[in-house]
Amino acid sequence: MARTATAPGAPKTLAGRAALEVDDRLIVAGPLRRTLNKVFPDHWSFLLGEIALYSFVILLLTGTYLTFFFQASMTEVTYDGSYAPLRGVDMSIAYASTLDLSFDVRGGLLIRQIHHWAALLFVASIIVHMLRIFFTGAFRRPRETNWLIGVALLVLALVEGMTGYTMPDDLLSGTGLRIISAIILSIPVIGTWAHWAVFGGDFVGDLIIGRFYIVHVLLIPAIILGLIAVHLLILVKQKHTQFPGPGRTEHNVVGSRLFPTFAGKATGLLLVVFGVCAALGGLVQINPVWLWGPYNPAQVSAASQPDWYVMFLDGSTRLFPAWDIYLPGNYNIPALFWPTLVLPGILFTLLALYPFIERKLTGDTASHHLLQRPRDVPVRTSLGVMALAFYVVLLLSGGNDVIADKFDISLNAMTWIGRIGLIILPPIAYVITYRICLGLQQHDREVLEHGIETGVIRRLPHGEFIEVHQPLGPVDEHGHGALAYGGAPVPKKMNQVGGARRAIRGFFSPIEEPAAVQLEQAGEERGLASTDPQRELTSSGRPAEGGRPSEGGRPSEGGRPSEGGRPSEGGRPQEPRD
Amino acid sequence: MTTHDTRPGSTGGADTPGPLYGGPDDDYTPEQLAALPPEELDRLGARYDGVEILHVEPGPEPGSPMEKRAVRQVGLLFALAGLSAFAFCVVYAGAGWFLPDWQWELGSSTFSTLYTPLLGLFMALAFTFFGIGLVLYTKKLLPHETAVQDKHDGSHFDRVTTGATLIGGLHNSGLKRRKLLTRSLVFMGGGLGLMLVAPLGGLIKNPNRGNPLGTTEWAEGVRLVRDDGTPIRPGDQVPGSLETVFPAVPGGNHLSDAATMLIRLRPAQQAEAVPRAGQEDFGYGDYVAYSKICTHAGCPVSLYEQETSRILCPCHQSQFDVTQGAKPIFGPATRSLPQLPITVDDEGFFVARSDYIEAVGPTYWNRERI
Repeated sequence: MARTATAPGAPKTLAGRAALEVDDRLIVAGPLRRTLNKVFPDHWSFLLGEIALYSFVILLLTGTYLTFFFQASMTEVTYDGSYAPLRGVDMSIAYASTLDLSFDVRGGLLIRQIHHWAALLFVASIIVHMLRIFFTGAFRRPRETNWLIGVALLVLALVEGMTGYTMPDDLLSGTGLRIISAIILSIPVIGTWAHWAVFGGDFVGDLIIGRFYIVHVLLIPAIILGLIAVHLLILVKQKHTQFPGPGRTEHNVVGSRLFPTFAGKATGLLLVVFGVCAALGGLVQINPVWLWGPYNPAQVSAASQPDWYVMFLDGSTRLFPAWDIYLPGNYNIPALFWPTLVLPGILFTLLALYPFIERKLTGDTASHHLLQRPRDVPVRTSLGVMALAFYVVLLLSGGNDVIADKFDISLNAMTWIGRIGLIILPPIAYVITYRICLGLQQHDREVLEHGIETGVIRRLPHGEFIEVHQPLGPVDEHGHGALAYGGAPVPKKMNQVGGARRAIRGFFSPIEEPAAVQLEQAGEERGLASTDPQRELTSSGRPAEGGRPSEGGRPSEGGRPSEGGRPSEGGRPQEPRD
Repeated sequence: MTTHDTRPGSTGGADTPGPLYGGPDDDYTPEQLAALPPEELDRLGARYDGVEILHVEPGPEPGSPMEKRAVRQVGLLFALAGLSAFAFCVVYAGAGWFLPDWQWELGSSTFSTLYTPLLGLFMALAFTFFGIGLVLYTKKLLPHETAVQDKHDGSHFDRVTTGATLIGGLHNSGLKRRKLLTRSLVFMGGGLGLMLVAPLGGLIKNPNRGNPLGTTEWAEGVRLVRDDGTPIRPGDQVPGSLETVFPAVPGGNHLSDAATMLIRLRPAQQAEAVPRAGQEDFGYGDYVAYSKICTHAGCPVSLYEQETSRILCPCHQSQFDVTQGAKPIFGPATRSLPQLPITVDDEGFFVARSDYIEAVGPTYWNRERI
């Protein structure tokens, strides 16, 4: 516009003029500023979801590359590629093209292995991200929608992974496909019809790889992409949750702005995730299909296991007893149906409904933007650990033959260990976790009430030895801290409250002035009483002169244990990066 | 009425621009904004977005040893990232040109086995150095600020007015009164929805036509052949051994349900053998033939431990006892492996006496009925 173009402050640089031209047409300055100014809280556990996002980016890039070479066809050919040991062997085009892209495409093996590793990382980071959400209560109102989307993404990621490792049509993936076929057949009433619909006939037919291919490269990725977009839009709209701390409330977000700090760190993380996947893809061999050979229904190798994220279902299948249910009319429900379809159905339904179950049981319908520490919600934490114990038993049982082999344990014993462990370990995990949570809670309150153990032992005039405690804030006439627990970590070491100066930086020679560091720390007002030149560490909490230690450290008259004692939840936001 | 419309917005009328989109330009004139330093402008904009910068810890003093060291570190990492990326390109393109060939052959140079690891290593180094450099940059060279952004709850005003708009639209449509429209819409929606999913019916096939699950290629007089197509005589196997056999039909060794285990029992095994009722004569001498397809999930049961007479399925560890008619004795399998009735033809080779008398492979809903 003429008015702004000639106004004072009109851009004179080339970039500035170009920006003005763009904004004249698109009017993006406002939204862009709002985006750049968006504040993100800073905590390591908030990066887990980002890792999932970045591994999905890797999957899209490498997956697209693989489609240039992979042919999803089950037509039989005789292999005539570079890999000599398989020359002349009959195999499907899918398997042959997988060999070709591993051995005859320059750098193809690297991309294929990065794709596989990124898939493992994708599911792993989703699960760990979900655990973080669960244990900190980030799924509570108003974020139930994003929890549901997250569960949907997890299920889709599992199906995506499963269809993906079926693609090469090697001996291992074909065995997996045989089991998938049996699972579909085991569905009561419609099993055979469902199998005929999915496979286009009896196992194996010549359609299934092509069908799984389009599901793997188009259908599910498109849904995942859409759900991720919604997931992130809701996140931006609702703003990120944060842990309680100084200055943090239900109505603000404390952290750093998107630009440049958060953007810099997020890009750094993206690159590190790329780097880790590239290192794994290049240096750590995964799924060497040329060693397994082409699929043959009459062959199998020992220790045939799916990728790790399906192992828990393999484990449940191994553990489930041989219970076919025979119904009148000579119908039956195969034993396979329960551990492979009913169990995951129940597990994922419970997972999806958990926010609503908890809301119903606790009656807590309020909006929450502050996270909870797992110890403060012992029932939820214990339930989570109980579910984890259940899951881990299933996961390990998925490889119980390998464990039996490597540790020289009877295979049947491993099965029984799994069966019994599946039932008794979760309750034990619940009880232990519950007690640990209570213990941690009590310790927090103990430190708030009696102060930090300083490690300084004093001998009192009458001979008694006491340990001097440093209170975290003001104390009452009994020497008990007056600070209430605020849901934030309680400092438990003197160094966390400024008991020690930080080291001077520099490896061979100091690169900063010791005096400057001291000044800086004084200016930081960090920790306890750092501005109080007269603080006496050995006198706080316990009366320095006299008093009756047996009464829990009553401060002397005129003692000043509270002045300068800075509450950990003071008015100033805590630096999140230390 | 004239033919020339002179109202504002059309030709000839006077058009006046409305207020600007976005920010509070009325409160801050260009002159005022031009007088503010960039930091103030930044904070002003942030405040307008509900962001308050509480505290800024400036980056290292320009020219200080701290800054110099940080710049050296970050610069070194970026340079190493670039170096690794170029090294990747050199290895990628140089193989087979000025470096040995990358393709792996039996007995080829070690370079071909190192090709993929080298590519992965250099790519990983490039990404990781770049990433770490960027993180160090933000940590050591950028000012650390603590910002607070307000979080707003939904506005009552917005809710009420949006609700009114929606209800107004619904009211104007008159769908509540015009029952015929509502009903025809519901009818149409159902029809259209059905029409859209109907083509999926092409996937539906009848699994009960011709009993495909209950039959295999085995039939009376079909020879038992090895994977390479050679037939088997009773004397070919030593006692205690197992051989996988297929029906002598074209492509028989790739059928998904026909693979069969021909087992020659040891005398001790045969002495204690308890065949399934009605199947006592399915074997031939000390030979028995069982389906190789596990009755649990369809994997080939492959691992035969002849000392214990057990066959183990490596997928889910079901175990079958060959002396008891391949009855499942451990694990999740519920049914015995079906037994193939065998005999010897005029030329002395093993043949099947008929197809399996029950469905092979995993259990399904109406298996017992076929």
